[in-house]
Amino acid sequence: MANMAQAIRMALHYAETNLGVTDIFGEDVGPPLGGVFTCTQGLQTTWNSPLDERGVIGTAMGVAMAGGRPVAEIQFCDYIYNTIDLLKLAGNTLWSSNGQWNLPMVVMTPVGSGIRGSIYHSHSFDATMTHIPGWKTVMPSTPLDAYGLLLSACREQNPVMFLVPKALMRVKGDELIPGEPADDKQLSKMIDAPLGDRSKWKAQWPELGDAAIPLGKAKLVRAGTQLSVVSYGRTMPLVKTAAERLAGEGIDAEVIDLRTLWPYDWDAIAESVKKTGRVLFVNEDTEVTNFGEHLARRVTEKLFYQLLAPPKVLAGKFVPGIGLADTLEAASVPQQHDVEAAMRALASQAP
Amino acid sequence: MARDAKKLKPVKEFKPLITKSDELPLDPERLRFMHETMLKARCLEERLIAMYKSGHGYFWIGGPGEEAFNVPLGMLIKKGQGPSFDFCHFHYRQSATLLAMGEEPLGAIRQMKNTATDPYSGGRNFAGHFSKKEWNIVPVTSPIEVQYSMVCGTALVQKRLGGDSISIVTGGDAGTAEGDFATCLVWASRPGQELPVLIIVTNNTWGISTPFDQVQGVERISDRGAAFGMRCKTIDGNDPISAYLELKEAFEYVRTERKPYLVEARVSRLYGHSSASGANFNTVEADCLALFEERLDAHGVRSKDEAKKLREKYTEDYAELARRAKEEPFPDGSTIWNHVFAGEPGKDPLAD
Repeated sequence: MANMAQAIRMALHYAETNLGVTDIFGEDVGPPLGGVFTCTQGLQTTWNSPLDERGVIGTAMGVAMAGGRPVAEIQFCDYIYNTIDLLKLAGNTLWSSNGQWNLPMVVMTPVGSGIRGSIYHSHSFDATMTHIPGWKTVMPSTPLDAYGLLLSACREQNPVMFLVPKALMRVKGDELIPGEPADDKQLSKMIDAPLGDRSKWKAQWPELGDAAIPLGKAKLVRAGTQLSVVSYGRTMPLVKTAAERLAGEGIDAEVIDLRTLWPYDWDAIAESVKKTGRVLFVNEDTEVTNFGEHLARRVTEKLFYQLLAPPKVLAGKFVPGIGLADTLEAASVPQQHDVEAAMRALASQAP
Repeated sequence: MARDAKKLKPVKEFKPLITKSDELPLDPERLRFMHETMLKARCLEERLIAMYKSGHGYFWIGGPGEEAFNVPLGMLIKKGQGPSFDFCHFHYRQSATLLAMGEEPLGAIRQMKNTATDPYSGGRNFAGHFSKKEWNIVPVTSPIEVQYSMVCGTALVQKRLGGDSISIVTGGDAGTAEGDFATCLVWASRPGQELPVLIIVTNNTWGISTPFDQVQGVERISDRGAAFGMRCKTIDGNDPISAYLELKEAFEYVRTERKPYLVEARVSRLYGHSSASGANFNTVEADCLALFEERLDAHGVRSKDEAKKLREKYTEDYAELARRAKEEPFPDGSTIWNHVFAGEPGKDPLAD
């Protein structure tokens, strides 16, 4: 099965072949490297930009204005912060022109911890991004979802921020992408660039199918009755594993992968919370003005009388960075045992 | 505080504003069009200022003092929609350019009054913040200099397309301190991948209240282009004939060579930065319109009396347009949800 980096690469191949994507660009996105996470190897429309994030976002906006369909990459979301006012601008261009100028553009950027990336390769961006109206924000947790969500992003008429949990980039999926060979080694031989001289190498793309996943639709990962856990990105597999383990203790958790952060699937959350009466929101961005706080507020306001316990948010500690040492990273963002402890505590809470 | 314009460092290649020659290098019809459009732009901006001062608008910002540069600019633009036509990444002092392109003045007046009929933003944005997709005029923004990053994208599409369309970006001198200006220089001049961008800086020597030479050491902003191997020139933006001829050359270069050209135009700022600094007429700086009228009169192209009558006509015409706009409704509050996303109905996403 493909890992997420390969899934993204295949989605971009599908998008430049079938969906009119004209430019896939950013720092080290083109040959010979094809992206620091290999997500853009072997593609036809990739090119290397100057080391200038504002130029990357501004150029993407201009390409979109002139009828192109760009997919721009910011190499790590830690370096996207100097583009915030351009992101605001991309989000308000349609609105401020009273409907004249829409920007069909995708920005991809790796986010989050999990590779011992220290202070500037571990940031999350979901809390900040969901403060910027006019964008759709997506964050997959499986290769198949990454493939399907990226196809939808490349069909959008509006700006889409595609957040890639870097800790999951090398994790293989357990569902086949349509057209993907079942044998990992065969896939690797076809689409992974060789080490050394790549000047004559060309990817052998499989005949890929359209497995677009609509933006705004959550996925029910596990049905349960006692508590709802809503997550996305790196913490999603932790939640799934925790639910399976806690089932052995007699705790029956329902697990939802939000997948699209904006616009998000409120119906899926509300339906689940109405059933279980308990909800935990898990992500790894810093916990003050965290996106999970918004979700907790909405649940509290809309479903208060159907709750059996206060909505909870488990998120990253509100510290200026994630330290390099293993112990520091583990203390800063939710780990497997943190998720299990939070779920266990919530499951037993009652009025 | 006004600063003596004479203290500005002279630019050697500027031709004298009033020539002794009997011949003007442009035909009389074109000169009269240039003058009348400059005059219309001045009358329009003065009407917008009057609206602000009488409570029919919250904020004014515009380009009185830059007409001698902005009108020729508009005359040279190949207007239309899509990458086969020029893309315009303007800042907020460009009303004269729009008028020269053939725009009706009523839109600017409606935007000043923030009516629902404002064709650029539907009452959402400040005066001078134009947007017109049919002519590739991308939305003018309040953040300074962001347009210098975006212009590289439209120019990239145009370069790939072939043809002769180009992307034009304008901004002031103060904004060149922003990184986006450097972005534009770098991205437009990548070796072998040069972009057809006409990079324009209108240098009025002010950033709100801060003199340029207090905060930047470069004598000529155009010199910055030389480091990137691009053609660059500082021109007299107060002389419409000189501006037209210089711009024509720059346009032709970018259209045919498909490479960038940096133009720094020295201009005046006749009503201050914006209404925040009072929007009162500056009697110290050169008035390009008065100087041009003197010149046209001397050459028998248009008499001062004729110019005066035109001014009276447009002053009254625009007062009438303002009276009309004042009767038009503001946008309904419920419309805030419209155009958050293209192709989707506007609605409160948190409503039940």
